[in-house]
Amino acid sequence: MNIEDIIKPENLVFKKTGLLTEKPLSYCPGCGHGVAHRLVMEVIEEMGIEEKTIGIAPVGCSVLAYEFMNIDMQQAAHGRAPAVATGVKRVLPDHFVFTYQGDGDLAAIGTAETIHACNRGENITIIFINNGIYGMTGGQMAPTTLPGMRSSTSPYGRDVASMGHPLKMTELVAHLPGTCYVARHAVHTPANVTKTKKSIRKAFEYQRDKKGLSFVEIVSNCNSGWKMTPVDSNQWMEENMFPFYPLGVIKDIDAKTK
Amino acid sequence: MAKARGAIVVDKEKCKGCELCVVVCPTNVIRLAQEVNGKGYHFAYMEIPVACTGCTNCALVCPDSVITVYRLKQPVSEN
Ligand SMILES: Cc1ncc(C[n+]2csc(CCOP(=O)(O)OP(=O)(O)O)c2C)c(N)n1
Ligand code: SF4
Ligand code: SF4
Ligand code: SF4
Repeated sequence: MNIEDIIKPENLVFKKTGLLTEKPLSYCPGCGHGVAHRLVMEVIEEMGIEEKTIGIAPVGCSVLAYEFMNIDMQQAAHGRAPAVATGVKRVLPDHFVFTYQGDGDLAAIGTAETIHACNRGENITIIFINNGIYGMTGGQMAPTTLPGMRSSTSPYGRDVASMGHPLKMTELVAHLPGTCYVARHAVHTPANVTKTKKSIRKAFEYQRDKKGLSFVEIVSNCNSGWKMTPVDSNQWMEENMFPFYPLGVIKDIDAKTK
Repeated sequence: MAKARGAIVVDKEKCKGCELCVVVCPTNVIRLAQEVNGKGYHFAYMEIPVACTGCTNCALVCPDSVITVYRLKQPVSEN
């Protein structure tokens, strides 16, 4: 059996979605942003909504998301993506609108925009990439930085007494009546990738059915900011991030109650 | 015994050598090359192609979506 006998169009089982452009991603090797981008684009492609979806890019490492996502995009000022998404959705209510935001963007400078969009129940989807740090600007402490976690602005580890507690935005917005679906996942293993994609799909379906704001957090790595190899950073994430940010569906207004 | 057979194609110039595909491959097919691509990264390649089952694990976790996966429709018998 030659490799050439296997590598034939009829045997194709996985290829990159056409909704990702051919531009090489600007992310560091092994950064979870890449998989997160792909999953959002795969869902949009599978739902056949690429012509009527508008993405809002943040400030942060994913500021250039519009270069990689081959759909209509608008870049927003730091933290303002949910406000921009609100405007776009209200003007074009038959379109799908999502934001893609890091934790510095969503949970620090954009806290007010996030909470109020969720509380108003804007019919949009928020994809939240939580790597516990400000990646783009050099690994500073974020509201999501774990207790004891080192960053360039907490070199001895986050001291909760002086620096405050990490903010669990996802649990917080799950309490608001405007959210219809809130989940937290990861994208570092095949099983997690599959679960995350299912949740993103559900989030867009709930938006289609006008159920309210759908919110999917992806706990991710920032191997550059954490100063680890990609493989080590994923293991560190499992051991340290997941106990504090447990994975799973936190709220689903349509969940069947037994 | 019948065995699933697959193969991957890595877009060598866009691979960043992050090694995430290497650690998720259940049959240890993938290695990083000794040589580097145009960007200076040790790119991924199939070191043991016969072991590939086409499970897609590597492609699912590849952040740069540079892996394409093929799988034979019928398992082949080993001999
Ligand atoms: C108004 C404003 N304040 C501060 C900055 C600087 N800045 C750029 S990116 C960033 C943090 C991004 O971190 P995060 O949202 O966690 O995304 P990541 O880079 O980790 O993906 C900051 C503070 C800015 N661009 N604009
Ligand atoms: S700095 Fe961190 S978040 Fe930004 S691309 Fe690199 S690994 Fe990803
Ligand atoms: S996961 Fe992708 S980018 Fe990383 S080494 Fe493998 S093929 Fe290259
Ligand atoms: S498809 Fe599966 S078996 Fe083949 S190289 Fe990728 S992970 Fe390994």
